[in-house]
Amino acid sequence: MPPPTSEPVFRIRRLTRVFRMGEVEIHALRGVDLDLYQGEFVVMLGASGSGKSTLLNILGGLDKATAGEVWFRDRDLALASEAELTQFRRRHVGFVFQFYNLIPSLTARENVAIVTEIADDPMRPDEALAMVGLEERLDHFPAQMSGGEQQRVAIARAIAKNPEVLLCDEPTGALDSATGVRVLEALLDVNQRLGTTTAVITHNAAIADMADRVIRLSDGRIADVHRNATKASPRDLHW
Amino acid sequence: MRALDRKLLRNLWSLRSQGLAIALVVACGVATFVMSLASLDSLRLTQQGVYKAQRFADVFADLKRAPESLADRMREIPGVAALETRVRAPVRLRLDTFEDPITGLAISIPDGRQPELNRLFLRAGQLPDPDRGEQVLISEAFAEAHGLKPGDQLAMIVNGRLQRLTLAGIALSPEFIYQIRPGDLFPDFSRYAVVWMNRSALAAAFGMEGAFNSLSLTLSPRHEAAPVIDALDLLLQPWGSLGAHDRNDQLSHRYLEQELEQLEGMARFLPMIFIGVAAFLLNVVAARLIRTQREQIGVLKAFGYGNLRIASHYLALVLAVVAIGSLTGVIAGAWLAGLLGALYQDFFRFPWLQFRLQPATAVLAVAIAGGATLAGTLSAVRAAFRLPPAEAMRPESPPRYRRTLVERLGVGRFLSQPSRMILRNLERQPIKSLLSVLGIALAVAILVLTGFQQGSVNHMLDVQFRLAQQQDLTVTFVEPVSQRAIHELAALPGVRHAEGFRVAPAILRNGHREHRGSLQGYQADSRLFAVLDDQLQPIPLAEGGLMMTDHLAGMLGVGPGDMVQVQIQEGRRARLDIPVAGLVTEYVGVGAYLPQQTLNRLLREGPAVSGAFLSVAPEALAGLHRRLESLPRVAGVSLRERAIQSFRELMDESVMVFTLFAMALAGSIAFAVVYNSARIALAERSRELASLRVLGFTRAETAYVLLGELVVLTLAAIAPGFAIGAGFTWLLTRAMETDLYRVPMILTADTFALSAAVVLGATMLSSLLIANRLRRLDMVSALKASE
Repeated sequence: MPPPTSEPVFRIRRLTRVFRMGEVEIHALRGVDLDLYQGEFVVMLGASGSGKSTLLNILGGLDKATAGEVWFRDRDLALASEAELTQFRRRHVGFVFQFYNLIPSLTARENVAIVTEIADDPMRPDEALAMVGLEERLDHFPAQMSGGEQQRVAIARAIAKNPEVLLCDEPTGALDSATGVRVLEALLDVNQRLGTTTAVITHNAAIADMADRVIRLSDGRIADVHRNATKASPRDLHW
Repeated sequence: MRALDRKLLRNLWSLRSQGLAIALVVACGVATFVMSLASLDSLRLTQQGVYKAQRFADVFADLKRAPESLADRMREIPGVAALETRVRAPVRLRLDTFEDPITGLAISIPDGRQPELNRLFLRAGQLPDPDRGEQVLISEAFAEAHGLKPGDQLAMIVNGRLQRLTLAGIALSPEFIYQIRPGDLFPDFSRYAVVWMNRSALAAAFGMEGAFNSLSLTLSPRHEAAPVIDALDLLLQPWGSLGAHDRNDQLSHRYLEQELEQLEGMARFLPMIFIGVAAFLLNVVAARLIRTQREQIGVLKAFGYGNLRIASHYLALVLAVVAIGSLTGVIAGAWLAGLLGALYQDFFRFPWLQFRLQPATAVLAVAIAGGATLAGTLSAVRAAFRLPPAEAMRPESPPRYRRTLVERLGVGRFLSQPSRMILRNLERQPIKSLLSVLGIALAVAILVLTGFQQGSVNHMLDVQFRLAQQQDLTVTFVEPVSQRAIHELAALPGVRHAEGFRVAPAILRNGHREHRGSLQGYQADSRLFAVLDDQLQPIPLAEGGLMMTDHLAGMLGVGPGDMVQVQIQEGRRARLDIPVAGLVTEYVGVGAYLPQQTLNRLLREGPAVSGAFLSVAPEALAGLHRRLESLPRVAGVSLRERAIQSFRELMDESVMVFTLFAMALAGSIAFAVVYNSARIALAERSRELASLRVLGFTRAETAYVLLGELVVLTLAAIAPGFAIGAGFTWLLTRAMETDLYRVPMILTADTFALSAAVVLGATMLSSLLIANRLRRLDMVSALKASE
């Protein structure tokens, strides 16, 4: 495990996010302070409505803060324009979603290529797919692959641009336990080999054991931060 | 309100822009249908109304001169209800403000009174004072062309003598609803006038005191025209009759009938195409729209709603859209029909216009458009029903894709991933892609169909006036004169070349088929006139027989080598059998041609001519016609270029306006189709597009994936659209064919370019609107659930 450097990748201060639904205001985040460090594997836990997805979306440039600061290295994402956020996602962030969000009309290789074609310094698509153990499935379309395979394509697609952060929203949510373990192994492998800062949000507490740090969110606030003294291997996780 | 009804209203609201686009197609189809049929129906109704109110005669006869006493004998013919004699005189007019030669027809009315038959409608002023011989009425079209009003002065030359006239009023007659100079192809309102004056004054000027040279009559109920005509011919033959005839050979009525027939052809055909295309598109679009509702249908079924409830729910939704479109279409169609009717009044000088929209027309239009939409809806709803609710609620299983043909051919490596997505999407659903292409192609086709007329009219004018007739001036004589007159004309200053022609009125028969027209004798070696074969190459006139237009040959049912019975309608009224020597191609009129010498010989006369073609130095043209006018035996002078020009102006005003309406409707259909395709594609693929945005694709890059498909579809549709449009046009030209014109099927590059441009413009506009929607694509929610 690479030790956290002193310089955080993300530095979040007094972050709030308020959704206005007609007359009602929903406070999704109520003043969050958090640092994420280079190369660490973070699991964020929380019930639905705890604000974890909102936090991830803001980190990934999919949503904007209502107030507070979100520093990615020396840039405050809270002040970025829509076009700047697009560039931010394009250059620095890899996403993995619960429902994979692959492009059904493209093969595994092409689903990765669609990202590497617009990235600055990507790896080759087949290289990225080999990292997640899919070197045999390069030319299969999503419809020809299992859920676990599709999710690993999504991981390959996320890491192929050599992103600085990998953000995963319930990556095992749609998978059975055995397949989920394989996906988590892939994520951990990438994290260790490339040193990509990885944040996984989940409501599945079992996953927390493989993290460097576990952050619990509750009601829009950080309830608890816990550093694992020893990290479990994904293989030892059960749910 | 029940929850399902509330859902219906909200659905309608959320689908409003697509619903409006569908309503637009319904409206355009219905509007074209209503516009065409209601305007035609109104013209017909007006024609009948005017004929009845103005007592339009049933039978007409013109002759040289007969004593008035003959009138009573004619009134005794069984079947004659009312009969009125009158004097008609060819005249020439002069206005201080107008250089060109003006010819006209002066017709007598009882001194100071309305005629009994063919009553005049006074638009302005009043009837001439019975004691004022210089007071006249003038036809409205001519008065409008020159801005004349009651009290204005003009000069008229009758029988070579100049007379000063005062306008007492401006009038319209059922005899001149289509006001055209005999022998002309098109109306020329500024150079042809009808003048009505007191009988005593006109008779004095034309040497017809106590006599008449024209009559008209109405038939008693349940009497046929034919026996009356036979009896009249018998009575009138000694008096130089040209043969009595019924309305079918009355010039205005005949042209009006043919114009209306042509309009009917168009009015029945064009809206059928429009509404047929609209129906097809509605079917496709409604089906696709309902397919996007598949999961909701599953949920409703899971709650225990029955198929019938759900089906009626969606039908109600589509019915609301159809209702909006139909109502708009009927109102717009009726409004356009009114405008169009008013425009046709430039051609058809009806004193008034009666507007009628038959409920059946509107109902039929709505039934066709609505039925097609509902059928599309039902087929999609039925497809949704076939699924068990659990399956319908799940999103459709990930579609299967494969490499496209283009890629398998090895071109694939040059494609970016987004380009691959476009190609594979198109190829994965070949039926859907084909239907989209067909839909857009049909939009292109109706644009081609509506745009073709301009090219055809120009071609028609070109053939008639540049290839077939090349004279600058045509002179017609009051009656046939000796060939010597041609030499006199040739000697006039500015005349480069003059050649005579002989035209004899005649009835052409083959068995029971007959055509009342004329034999036209031209110089065998003419430099100014040519008949053309079907390749538009000039062919020589045949010594031994008639060259006739293919259209006339078709009417008579004869071909080259067959004999035609010809009854000459002047002089000794010879009956001749003449063989058909060959067929010629003409778009206008029904000509039968032979060399002048042959015609002279058949008529047993010397080298007589009825008129002359002149080729004139342009600078001498202006002076020459004044000179020609002063010649006593000249009945009329017409200028070729002016005739073309005035016809074009007329066409621009009326026919082109119709084309413009149709173009706008076709353009709207094109837009609605393209927009709907794009909107549905957006709905179907919003998740995929949102994923691309999340992965860091810019808006423009994301739009490329969606709109690229649209552009490919549009481009692919253009060539088939041209082909289908050409097919439609061919059908339309067949539907519009009359004795008067055969509109040639000429599709110019302009027409194609304009059609393509309109559809591409519609695609651009849709793209802009869709791109705007892409801005609002919600990335987060698209990723959350699997829809």
